[in-house]
Amino acid sequence: MLFMMATGCYLLGTIGYLIYLGRNIPQIHWTAWSFLGLGCLAHGGGIILQSMAVGHLAVTSSQEALSFFALMLVATYLVVQLRLNLRILGSFVSPLAVVFMLASSVMPASIIPRSGIFQSTWVVLHITALFVANAVFALAFSAGVMYLLQERQIKHKQFGFLYRRLPSLERLDAINSTSLMVGFPLMTLGLLAGLAYANMILQSAWHRDPKVISALVTWCIYAMSVHQRLAVGWRGRRAAWLAILGFSAVLVTFLGVNLLLKGYHTHFVM
Amino acid sequence: MENIILLGTNHNAAPVEIREQLASICLQEDLSLEVHGKLESVEEFLFLSTCNRVEFLFTAHDREGAIQEVKHLLKGRLGTASQPLLDEYLYLHEGQEAVRHLFRVASSLDSMVVGEPQILGQIKAAYRNAAQQRTAGVILNRLMHKAFSVAKRVRTETQIGSHAVSISYAAVELARKIFGELNNKQVLLVGAGEMAELAAGHLMAQGVRKMLVCNRTLERALELAKRLRVGTVAFDQLLDTLKEVDIVLTSTGSPDPIIRREDVKQRMRGRRNRPLFFIDIAVPRDVDPAINQIDNVYLYDIDDLQGVVDFNKLERQREARQAEHIIAAETLKFLDWFHTLEVVPTIIALRRKAEEIRREQLEKTFAQLPHVDEKARQAMEVLTESIVNKMLHDPILFLKRKSGRSSKQHCLDLAQQLFNLTDAASPNELPSLDSLED
Repeated sequence: MLFMMATGCYLLGTIGYLIYLGRNIPQIHWTAWSFLGLGCLAHGGGIILQSMAVGHLAVTSSQEALSFFALMLVATYLVVQLRLNLRILGSFVSPLAVVFMLASSVMPASIIPRSGIFQSTWVVLHITALFVANAVFALAFSAGVMYLLQERQIKHKQFGFLYRRLPSLERLDAINSTSLMVGFPLMTLGLLAGLAYANMILQSAWHRDPKVISALVTWCIYAMSVHQRLAVGWRGRRAAWLAILGFSAVLVTFLGVNLLLKGYHTHFVM
Repeated sequence: MENIILLGTNHNAAPVEIREQLASICLQEDLSLEVHGKLESVEEFLFLSTCNRVEFLFTAHDREGAIQEVKHLLKGRLGTASQPLLDEYLYLHEGQEAVRHLFRVASSLDSMVVGEPQILGQIKAAYRNAAQQRTAGVILNRLMHKAFSVAKRVRTETQIGSHAVSISYAAVELARKIFGELNNKQVLLVGAGEMAELAAGHLMAQGVRKMLVCNRTLERALELAKRLRVGTVAFDQLLDTLKEVDIVLTSTGSPDPIIRREDVKQRMRGRRNRPLFFIDIAVPRDVDPAINQIDNVYLYDIDDLQGVVDFNKLERQREARQAEHIIAAETLKFLDWFHTLEVVPTIIALRRKAEEIRREQLEKTFAQLPHVDEKARQAMEVLTESIVNKMLHDPILFLKRKSGRSSKQHCLDLAQQLFNLTDAASPNELPSLDSLED
């Protein structure tokens, strides 16, 4: 029930943001932002109730994971909006949240048996850090798409209606940079927590788990982004492409591996 | 019934020779003083004169007489040579058309450069003038305030003024799309021509503080740098300066490009790929066009900028259509109010008569009852007042509703006969119907 409410609110918020993309009316933005906030509350409430029912953080099935990811994404955007006041970003982020919610609702609702394995602080740290990192990377992805759209218009000297609505290149690049610098340490932290816990309790060959391998590839992409930006001064178009590449890798790790391959994550996740 | 009349000419209606003659003989302060005593048929009066426009806005009962008087005034001021021509260059708007025209002018839809912001300030000055000379009354006061608020609405609800329609503004707009804030950006002017100076002025107005001038002849560089209060760079150090600056504005007379692709490409790493924006307004061009292909480097030459300007002009026209819609709606709203003006005197007279009767009767009663205490007196005051108000409520509402109808005059006559109202007040005594709300 709460999840449906949340999806509804996100949908309304997205519609608002898409209208706002076309027409610069502050009230529309405010309404859309409020809908996202409302959805976020309902969503958070739903996840808390569910977690209490199963006795651990309810993000173990793909369905729950997608929905948790949508929550993190919206929450991150809401906070970023308050701090940076970059309204147009919402027009790119909110549709993502709706897509994730809808994807979540079509996933099989598998019931994961109560298991002591999830009731560890390590797991909570692992999951929360990675999900926040992914949400931040999703912002970087959105900013990257916006950058490429805007850069193309300026470079090719052909202007569409988005030209007026999109912020300056420098600003979009700054968002990309900040997201990277926040997301990368979080991702590192989340992965380390996961590896440490796996080492402690799982004797299986975790390093052959496709999800872990995919995650490490993703980590390498972001590590390279950080390096290129700091050491070589990559920015702008290339950095935007890296953000898009990185987030694609996140999605592959996150969904592709769950759905297509077998491994110990999928063992209890599907 | 008073008429709102607008008589004038603008850049579309009259050639520049006529406009400049009119503008120079019609200095605002000067004219409104003269008008004061002369225009007998004109009730309220406002006069607007800008470089592209001379307009008289006035109200009058005697329409024909007033128009003749205003024309006469103009002709008297104009040299005899232009007099016969005057009629064909003047336009005349009345009632709804006059109101609409004024709103369009105030919203800058009737300007030569649609959306330019100066006109509103000029109209405000004209109104201030009229207010000082006390030539603006109930109708013009309301009309002008409405015009200001319509202009504001148009400006906030449409994007009419937000797109640059000159080359140098277009360049600044692009710089803002690349860099966002410009106040920490450094600008290099290559060439010390007039265009460069103009664009430099716009950039500085947008917050640019650091600027350097570079020119083949140092003297001219120094001159310009002094005027802009910025530093200079020797011409042979031009390429090395590219490592530091963010915006390069070139306008030299050089026949060959002075900045080539390789010059920039090898310096981008030293800049750590920070964006570099070249604005090349020189013909022939100063900057190698291939530079635009380098990552994080943007080059706009004069034709590109003209393209931006054309694009923006189209955009303004689209916004203007939306603005016309706002103006049409606001014009009708104003006319609604304007039409109620005629019923106002009758309503006031009706109220006055009722109040007089109430006072009279109350005093008589009080005189007969000397023992009544203060509290009871007040209760009787309240009682009689509310009886009067309740009695009058429906007739007044009826009159207000008739204000926009053709049967209005008949109803007014009827009301005046019915209540035997002889001294209907003039509408100028009370500002508007709003203050008569129950």
